Amino acid sequence: MSAPAPSMYSPAAKAMAEKLGLKMGRANLDEFAATLMELAKANPNIVAVTSDSRGSGKLGPFGQALPKQLVEVGIAEQNLVGITAGLAAAGKKSFGVSPSCFLTARSLEQIKNDVCYSNVPAVLIGISSGVSYGALGTTHHSLHDLAVLRAINNLIVIIPADNFESRQAILAAARATKPVFVRFGKAAMYGLHKPETKFEVGKAITLREGNDVAFIATGETVVHALLAAGQLAERGIQARVLSMHTVKPLDVAAILKAGRECRAVITAEEHMVNGGLGEASASVLLQAGVSKPFRIVGIPDEETVPGAQADIFRHYGISMEGLSETALRLLK
Amino acid sequence: MTNEELQLKSIQLRKKTLEAIYGAGAGHTGGSLSCLDILNVLYNRILNVSPETFSDPNRDRYVQSKGHSVEALYTVLADRGFYPEAELKTICHYQSHFVGHPTRHIPGIEMNTGALGHGLPICVGMAIAGKMDNAPYRVFTLLGDGELAEGSNWEAAMAAAHYNLDNLTAIIDHNTLQISGRTRDVCSNEPLDEKFRAFGWAVKIVNGHNFAELTEALNKPAEPGKPTCVIANTVKGRGVSFMEDVAKWHHGVPSDAELKQAFGELDAAEMKLKEAK
Repeated sequence: MSAPAPSMYSPAAKAMAEKLGLKMGRANLDEFAATLMELAKANPNIVAVTSDSRGSGKLGPFGQALPKQLVEVGIAEQNLVGITAGLAAAGKKSFGVSPSCFLTARSLEQIKNDVCYSNVPAVLIGISSGVSYGALGTTHHSLHDLAVLRAINNLIVIIPADNFESRQAILAAARATKPVFVRFGKAAMYGLHKPETKFEVGKAITLREGNDVAFIATGETVVHALLAAGQLAERGIQARVLSMHTVKPLDVAAILKAGRECRAVITAEEHMVNGGLGEASASVLLQAGVSKPFRIVGIPDEETVPGAQADIFRHYGISMEGLSETALRLLK
Repeated sequence: MTNEELQLKSIQLRKKTLEAIYGAGAGHTGGSLSCLDILNVLYNRILNVSPETFSDPNRDRYVQSKGHSVEALYTVLADRGFYPEAELKTICHYQSHFVGHPTRHIPGIEMNTGALGHGLPICVGMAIAGKMDNAPYRVFTLLGDGELAEGSNWEAAMAAAHYNLDNLTAIIDHNTLQISGRTRDVCSNEPLDEKFRAFGWAVKIVNGHNFAELTEALNKPAEPGKPTCVIANTVKGRGVSFMEDVAKWHHGVPSDAELKQAFGELDAAEMKLKEAK
């Protein structure tokens, strides 16, 4: 058994990141907390709601600087979402912050009814999502959240891939007049975008052009797709990399373009393969009559292998090496 | 409006509610009739809401957590002029927004409810917002006694006391029946007054069909710094002899004959009241 807390990146992946000029940033969650603090200082109408989650949500400094703009509800996620909805209905710009595993399971009915069906402009922040809590086990994983949230009407679902997307997602959520869910992990992330990149909710960002294979990835898997594209290029294979930061509404045009222009399509997500980005993309392609070699890379429908996030990613092929191999197999 | 005038209105609203349920071919008769007097008092004496002021940020908020009793609410809102009474004929009809639980598509409805255990947490959020803004409005929710089995109510009850939400009032339509039978037999949650007091609330117990008692309890917060819980003792199916205190009328829909009999009883009550004047 390997030691805990291994690196997310192999030495070869780190070398590729350097070759591609990627710089390591901070955790997306830290970027979220800093952005929210900045917005809330300028707008006293912004309120954060936490369920004993201000530490894990990196909102300790927010609570100290803006105590009147933080509502603590204790370990009570149903109440967290109900209160967040009530605050929004009464004119506050409320951000309900709680680990995705609890937020999108225990309080799913509150998300569906109080926020989405009632159509209040609340923002829900899923922290430490996917397998961020790795070794803490399945109770603390959220590998179902995209599937369930995709099946709820009137919700924007954003999964930022790096600090830039995280900041842009929070700025967009703060402006939104309808419900938004933003999903964050807690690992430090490489920066993937130039500052001048245009971020638009519902529009994928093309990180790399190529027509041999398309990686359609979301959240913390995007960097691995980008590294894999670098590795594949060394073998003469040109991979397109899309950061599909918005999973709902999905950028159907970008998926169809990738499906039509590339020889194969691979999706990557930190989510169970059931009901997530992969199945959503497959549905888009098939219904448009686009049939290309296709693979969904994610966590299979099994009890997730024990280990840290990096172990789990590597185990299921969410890594530069794993995604490169998948591409090579698919292009054979 | 005097108590006698409210009493008369309640009889008329009961008839309209029954007519609406009959027309819809669906609905929650027993609970609508048990909470009707409470709604009558709220909308005609307590809440500072009207069709003209419904978008005012300082309006009082009412969220009906026991959303299934929507027919009573739809009827009261029509009576208050939020929409023409003719709309009640479309309840539960194809492409009518008057669905079987409250939705914000209907003028006067604050939040979409129907799944139980949601109203109180939402109202805690609204009341916290009111405190943050130093706003004068009060927030009210109506809960079923059976509904209190949902744990989310108690999460919200704790938070309401923690945040000293004296601008929040939870009214319990304590008709002691739920779909399967007597609440104390299904899974007892009594004594409710002691539970709410233990959770830090000020509690008042009233006859939920007595306009003076309801008004006194709802007119102002019971105690500074504490949320108010008004336990309104009611009779499910109130006003129609064969519906009163019978669990099967939870979502029973009257037949032609039953509607006729119910109207006969209510007409007689109305006549008696008018004669007494």
